[in-house]
Amino acid sequence: MANRQATGYILLFATAICIVCGILVSSFAVSLEPLQDENAALDKQKRVLEAVGLLQPGERVTPEEVAERFEPIKPVIIDLATGEAQADADTATFDQQRRARNPSTSVELPKNKASVKRLPDQALLYEVRDDDGELELVVLPIEGLGLWGTLYGFLALDADTTTVRGITYYTHKETPGLGGEVDNPRWKARWPGRRAFDGDGEFQLAVIKGQAGGAAEDPFRVDGLSGATITSNGVTNMLDFWLGERGFEAYLARIRGEAN
Amino acid sequence: MAVKKSEAALDPLWNNNPIALQVLGICSALAVTTKMETSLVMCVAVICVLTLSNLTVSLLRHQIPNSIRIIVQLTVIASLVIVTDQILKAYVYEISKQLSVFVGLIITNCIIMGRAEAFAMQNPPSLAILDGIGNGLGYSAILMATAVLRELFGSGKLYGYSILPTVSEGGWYLPNGLMLLSPAAFFIIGGLIWAIRVWKPAQVEMDG
Repeated sequence: MANRQATGYILLFATAICIVCGILVSSFAVSLEPLQDENAALDKQKRVLEAVGLLQPGERVTPEEVAERFEPIKPVIIDLATGEAQADADTATFDQQRRARNPSTSVELPKNKASVKRLPDQALLYEVRDDDGELELVVLPIEGLGLWGTLYGFLALDADTTTVRGITYYTHKETPGLGGEVDNPRWKARWPGRRAFDGDGEFQLAVIKGQAGGAAEDPFRVDGLSGATITSNGVTNMLDFWLGERGFEAYLARIRGEAN
Repeated sequence: MAVKKSEAALDPLWNNNPIALQVLGICSALAVTTKMETSLVMCVAVICVLTLSNLTVSLLRHQIPNSIRIIVQLTVIASLVIVTDQILKAYVYEISKQLSVFVGLIITNCIIMGRAEAFAMQNPPSLAILDGIGNGLGYSAILMATAVLRELFGSGKLYGYSILPTVSEGGWYLPNGLMLLSPAAFFIIGGLIWAIRVWKPAQVEMDG
């Protein structure tokens, strides 16, 4: 056998190990990707269901049940600037994040509190209507910077465009046990009934430090996450951003008009 | 060093348990044991990674240059952990989301590195596999015992099925919230270490 201490042998051995391990890891990653993408898409649908209260946290459902419960929830693509629905856009292939990266379908934003760098021209949201076609609630996609990275989630609002129905996140990189508690069902249960805007239409909702009261008597504040001030502020900032003029303001104004 | 096969596989369960005697791998033992389901997946993942890393390192033990042996072991372990993480994401997505970073952190679990360096580098593959399985099972035994206690008293359930009906679901049991927080795992693991050392006094460390 070759001398195991020779520099040439060591380099050769290290290279061989790297190549073998690299091939192993990448072949697994590539071959399992379709399954993982499918899971991620299903998980996103579950988070939408959770935001509108059609799925309890921790409840076990099959993909068929998810599809069934998703029946009343209709995806709608809107133009962010005008708030108008884009009937000809294809909801199946719409990818808001890819759109935000593409310079021809997005604009670069000045510095903002939610640290959203590029804004797409269109967004995909979900509407739930009753049998008469009356709007019951909307589910808006939200995203913004937390401590370690961008949080992606959904905010469900009543048709009055101010009462919160629920909030869920499907991707984030926050610290488990601290900022990661945005996934905690008990925290998420603090949200329904809170109000985003006051009587003058000003955005008021904020995640505060410490404990807030019940939704009825303390509608504009939500309990903060202990040990996760930056994540908590991130949640407040992204709601402020997406319910504001660069976000869904035009759309929300349109559906308010539709209701009256 | 002559090690009997039965010893390699069975010793780590009670006599030389990686958590209870060597006090290794505590981090994940705290983090993933609030529910039996997540603990079980974690245990299976650790057993697979540990067995395969022991096997690989043992097969290569005459080829690995001494000066880079630690980094080679780490490369093997890291690759196995990434593959495990990919498989979990593909087949048990929900659980893999709950385990979050802790699957990735198997890379830094001292048990795996420790067995590769201390055992697999000196022993033939058949023994190394048994040692991997044994240590994995020793780790799992403590993890599952902790998870049973935490899930039962923390949320009144075992493996997601209601055992003690909780007050919030109309029953009589008021869950102990402390059980769901990390300190509870410290108390339980401490208690288990105490129990094992009462049973096997040889494990008690002498004051120096």
